[in-house]
Amino acid sequence: MQKNKNTIFDEDNENKMYILSVIVENKPGVLFRITNLFRSRNFNIESITVGITEKPDLSRMTITTVSDVKTLEQLVKQLQKLIDVIQINVLNKENAVYRELALIKMNAKDPTTRIEIANFATIYRGNIMDISNETITVEIIGTPDKIDAFKNLVSSYGIIQVARTGVSALPRGAVNDDL
Amino acid sequence: MSEMSGAAALMAALEKEKVEYIFGLPGGANLPIYDALVDSKIRHILVRHEQSAAHMADGYARIKRKAGVCFATSGPGATNLVTGIATAYADSSPIIAVTGQVALPMIGKDAFQETDIIGVTNPCTKYAFQPRVASEIPEMVKKSFYIAESGRPGPVLLDIPKDVQQQVTKMDFPEYIKVRGYNPIVDADLSEINKACEMILKAEKPMIMAGGGVILSGAFSELQTLAELLSIPVVTTFKGKGAFPENHPLALGPIGMHGHAEANKMVQEADCILAIGARFSDRTVGRFDEFGKDINVIHFDVDPAEIGKNKSVNAAVIGDVKSSLRSLIKLIPKNFRTNEEMSKLWLGRKRELVNYYEDSIKDYSREITAKKALKKLREILPADGIVTTEVGQCQMWASLHFDVISPGTFFSSTGLGTMGFGFPASIGAKAARIDVPVVDIAGDGSFSMTENSLAVSVLEELPVIVFLLNNQMLGMVAQWQRTFYNRRYSGVHQKNCPDYCKLAESYGAQAHRVSSMDELDKALKVAVKSDIATVIDIPIDPDEDVYPFVAPGTGLKDMIIGA
Repeated sequence: MQKNKNTIFDEDNENKMYILSVIVENKPGVLFRITNLFRSRNFNIESITVGITEKPDLSRMTITTVSDVKTLEQLVKQLQKLIDVIQINVLNKENAVYRELALIKMNAKDPTTRIEIANFATIYRGNIMDISNETITVEIIGTPDKIDAFKNLVSSYGIIQVARTGVSALPRGAVNDDL
Repeated sequence: MSEMSGAAALMAALEKEKVEYIFGLPGGANLPIYDALVDSKIRHILVRHEQSAAHMADGYARIKRKAGVCFATSGPGATNLVTGIATAYADSSPIIAVTGQVALPMIGKDAFQETDIIGVTNPCTKYAFQPRVASEIPEMVKKSFYIAESGRPGPVLLDIPKDVQQQVTKMDFPEYIKVRGYNPIVDADLSEINKACEMILKAEKPMIMAGGGVILSGAFSELQTLAELLSIPVVTTFKGKGAFPENHPLALGPIGMHGHAEANKMVQEADCILAIGARFSDRTVGRFDEFGKDINVIHFDVDPAEIGKNKSVNAAVIGDVKSSLRSLIKLIPKNFRTNEEMSKLWLGRKRELVNYYEDSIKDYSREITAKKALKKLREILPADGIVTTEVGQCQMWASLHFDVISPGTFFSSTGLGTMGFGFPASIGAKAARIDVPVVDIAGDGSFSMTENSLAVSVLEELPVIVFLLNNQMLGMVAQWQRTFYNRRYSGVHQKNCPDYCKLAESYGAQAHRVSSMDELDKALKVAVKSDIATVIDIPIDPDEDVYPFVAPGTGLKDMIIGA
């Protein structure tokens, strides 16, 4: 018996994070169709970002999902079936640049706390976006792992609010799209 | 370029698509469309409930192999279509549902009869359009037909706000359209066909499993050529029933939960399964992990997402199955001879199984049983007569006991399992093939759901035969309660209400109640020649079960052949 070769990915049943860079029509209802597909087919979305591309009639959605390859393959095929989806690139940590932005507001009533947090922010190449007598808000840009690490580091001060953008990504190197 | 209203442009665009019938019902939000309909050549069939309009369009589409069209107003009119749209989606049937919508300024204001029908139908439509200006309508109609009919067919919704219907503007009717994110036509990968061919040629006990895709693609002669060339027995899925003549020496009939026993048995003994236009549904294969385990499974399908969805396969040929089958047939060497000895053994096994189960599955000893009645129907109905079914026991009996001889003359709500589908769908089928008798194999439970389509069948002179296997029960549910719930019947008794003969007569239809096989014979002979809708009420025993039975969650090997 021959091994199944009809998958677009290597056989591997481990759950991994994948980044899907999806070019879609820039028109109303498209985001709804995509998120509804994830819901109705029981796929999981870690994060989703949407923004206009270099072409005004196209948007790029960056979707991160944690799944095994079989599920991922089915997800890609189902997405491909959507008429508003023009192109899908499956990216990973190796073949793409990817970044997320997070705003993290923490308790900082004590002036020494504020200094400590500011120092941590500098180490993480973050920016202080807002400071008051009671709080400090830091902007961190990086991979989701880096943001998680910063959050862990400052969690003891008491995190009040977090806003994360979700991952944006582009493949590395030359582009061979024919869009 | 001429000036016209959005509604007139819709009708003109539908005429350009050579639409013959529109099944529908008017209301406040599609009045401009119904006004434009007055000047149109297209024939309108007025239904009594929008669900039936969608089923009629679906039945028409399945026989004509061209999109059927239905109309409904906004709000409840549109939501009444949903079951019909979902039915068409589950069975990959092309329908165009045109709904009225409240005027653009009222959208989002919870206006009277406002429903976000695009949102409601999103999971069961292939695509949906909502024109914001009337000039978009002609192109959207053309795209709707293109999307609905190409690739894996399916329903498309066109939701037109009332003010857009009324807007008068210059219209441009495009000859060519392009949908940039939609490329349904793929050339099958020749290396995969080669691989598939090798697997089939070296198999000793090959089996073809033909699905609905063979019917959608019209690949009847290709399928038959392949099967005969290599002497491969053919089973079908239930949706594929009638893709291959069921009186053919190589035919085994449908497999599945209520498949033919010999088909279910033999498919487990195969060493290579070629699935053509089939999606390995749970009702067909039982357990995904057990079906075709450790043997070569080859999958031909037009939809790439079906490959590996339920079943991992060893070769996958993506593309229209008709052209894929042609390529496959060409690859079979001219001088190729099947291993006579193996082939003889394998076909001998088929005959052995057919005989074995013929003897071991006993029919009930009553004057009329579902099996006897359906055999009689086959005897009287011409081979090109069209048959559809309701859902439940009547449907499974049809699958087991009614042999489809002429390919493509049978269809049913196989994916969604919609009770009430068969009768309106048979009227749609009659519209598509006015020259042949059309029969709905019905049960009393399902028929009750859309029986008001009798008015349509009578008034629109689209006569069909309702072959009503009446056990006064929601029989399939009752069977499961007998089998799995210790005969604790719950909510299944219809108690012979209404009197179906009086009901039919009140609509001006003909009715026959039969109590013997002779009477059934006579009633059928009258009905197939009649130009009036006919209900044949055939009382059967409420305790009659459908066997064989593969219980849900089990594999085909666990088939039960009798009580």
